Amino acid sequence: MTKRAPNGVGRRSVLKGTAAVAAASTIGFPFVSKAQNKPIKVGMVTVLSGRVAILGSASQKGAQIEIDAFNAAGGLGGRPIELIVRDSKAKPEEAARIAREFINSEGCEILLDADTSAAAFAIQEIARETGILTIHTNSETSSLTADPKLHVPTAFRSARQGIHDAIAGGSYAAEVSKAKKLNRWMGCSPDYAYGRDSNKLFFEYLKRFHKDAEVIGESWPKLFQPDYTEQLTKILQSKPQAVYSCLWGGDLTAFIDQSSIYNLFAQTEVFAINIADYAVLTAIKNLPKGIHSGSRYLSTFPPTKENADWSAGYRKKFNEYPLNWSWENSAGTKFVLDALKKTNSTDSKKLAEAISGASISVPYGVDGKLTMRAGDNTLINYSTGWGQTIQKDPFVPDVKSVDWKMILDLETEWKKTMKYI
Amino acid sequence: MDLSALASCLITPSCVITQTTSGLIIGLLLFLVAAGVSLIFGVLKVVNFAHGAFYMLGAYFAYTAYQLSGNYLIAVLAGGIGVALFGLVFERLLISRVYGSPVLMQLLVCYGAILILDDLVKIIWGADFLSFGMPSAFQQLPFVFAGGVVPVFYLFLIVVALAIAGLLGLLISKTRYGKIVRAAAVNPSMVSALGINTGVVYASVFVLGGFLAGLAGGLAAPVRSLTAGMGTSIIIESFIVTVIGGMGSVAGALVGSILIGLVRSFGTIGFPLFTEGLMFVLMAVVLVLKPSGLFGKGGA
Repeated sequence: MTKRAPNGVGRRSVLKGTAAVAAASTIGFPFVSKAQNKPIKVGMVTVLSGRVAILGSASQKGAQIEIDAFNAAGGLGGRPIELIVRDSKAKPEEAARIAREFINSEGCEILLDADTSAAAFAIQEIARETGILTIHTNSETSSLTADPKLHVPTAFRSARQGIHDAIAGGSYAAEVSKAKKLNRWMGCSPDYAYGRDSNKLFFEYLKRFHKDAEVIGESWPKLFQPDYTEQLTKILQSKPQAVYSCLWGGDLTAFIDQSSIYNLFAQTEVFAINIADYAVLTAIKNLPKGIHSGSRYLSTFPPTKENADWSAGYRKKFNEYPLNWSWENSAGTKFVLDALKKTNSTDSKKLAEAISGASISVPYGVDGKLTMRAGDNTLINYSTGWGQTIQKDPFVPDVKSVDWKMILDLETEWKKTMKYI
Repeated sequence: MDLSALASCLITPSCVITQTTSGLIIGLLLFLVAAGVSLIFGVLKVVNFAHGAFYMLGAYFAYTAYQLSGNYLIAVLAGGIGVALFGLVFERLLISRVYGSPVLMQLLVCYGAILILDDLVKIIWGADFLSFGMPSAFQQLPFVFAGGVVPVFYLFLIVVALAIAGLLGLLISKTRYGKIVRAAAVNPSMVSALGINTGVVYASVFVLGGFLAGLAGGLAAPVRSLTAGMGTSIIIESFIVTVIGGMGSVAGALVGSILIGLVRSFGTIGFPLFTEGLMFVLMAVVLVLKPSGLFGKGGA
């Protein structure tokens, strides 16, 4: 006969209950705890091979520096962030496949598109279809966020933008042109979406600010072209007073090296928007003096202690200089992490609402802040300016800031012209 | 399309000199790679798609040698000899196993080798692009002839590449080795029956091709950005040259390369948006008029 306790609970029931609690405390509770500590997976699709492998390596490091700090501070209620990085080999179709794999197989809750512009448009459509929070961290093609037909509420851009750079570059170049009477211009930019967009907009704003400027010729090397001799000789034949180029990375270093042996820099003023990035500045063995460049990323611009410290911290951690892609990915990741903290959730819609219109404190923003503009979900107020090269560190010592009010006013006008608003 | 600019260039001596030099330099560097591709195909009947990777290795070997020695000549030789030795190992271990195999098998083997070599370069030299830097001897103002501009370094490259082309021509046409190679290309069984070790002949041709590609990589390194995968574009152009010049013909490779160089240099003035396409147009025209290539023998 079973002895029962006064409240009707039997001894065996108590023993079973005790055993169950014991079992739960050794197996069940850790399981619950493990679930709570399950990492939040963030998938980054980028380029880790070929001539633009540096894009992927800088992007990964830019994101990782923020994630490491976040995880060290305890993550999201104990849940750390896990960054999963895959190589698209710079193929848009591969980037789209990886993005889908991140969502469907890897269980990623957030997507960082750190690929080229070509992939960004494909990933934007995946963001639309799946509703996953997506940050485009490298694409600078303006229409990605400016064109309302492409708008996706959960997709943002944390990169600089072509139209902003064109206005900044055009106004700076016009100022120099007026002072030096540079009226005959040529373009030499890579023959793909970014190159054509950048070239067209730069000259549009140059001519707007300097009416006498005339484009006497254009040259379109293909992306990753190894030899620019034919373009350089064409430039020499045309005898322009100034040349604009948005070549970048290894293509730009080859172009500079090949231009040097033709003594191009003594014959014409060169405006190469993408020189002022350490990947290029440190790679060119004999950096010509006096090339005009936009500020991609420099530890001396903005000239603040915070920016210098951020750069030094990055260099200490990775033993290399931060690049433009480093800060763009760092910024994109920080927007996500701040939103995670604010919402205490990984729900894409909630995160997107938190990111839209938000500002973050970072050293590479104007007055230490960056804003993710609501409406078109794009980044504004990043430090932007132009200066001239010297051969040694700090490479571009005197960067002239460009006024963001002017950029934003002209951007609005441009959007109207494009019928985006 | 800007035909008036092209016409104006063709009647201006400075433009003709500058663009012709530009075409020669593009073409002659291409020739050093294309000659190897053509020789290897002509003798070994192997479509060596990995030859562009040899060019890349030559540039990287030269880069390292230049870092260590500071001497450009040593760097270029290191590029050539390093790739020649690598080519020997590559031929013995890999390519010799696909002699006589279908082209698809050869392409797969070469493509696999390209991927592995690109990754090895990334592991050894890093994923970032590298810049060799112009040797101080060539840091001079360019020559100006009748208003045309010719950089000193390019003049040096043209002379060296033409010398190599001449020596290669003599080697193939005037020496006993050249006769054996030409015979092996036509009838390897007969060569073997005469007591000549065809395996050694094949390996030597591969080594020679590798040496030329490595030299090209080393010679071009000061004006190229060094990255894993830098051989891809040159191998495509090399095959176009081989088709234009005729499979297995060194003279054809030389003429085809210079034609490609000139088409590119003058094409960029008249057809700035179609310069790449012009190469394929040229190839198509040659294929229609002479399917075996300008210097090719027999049918296509």
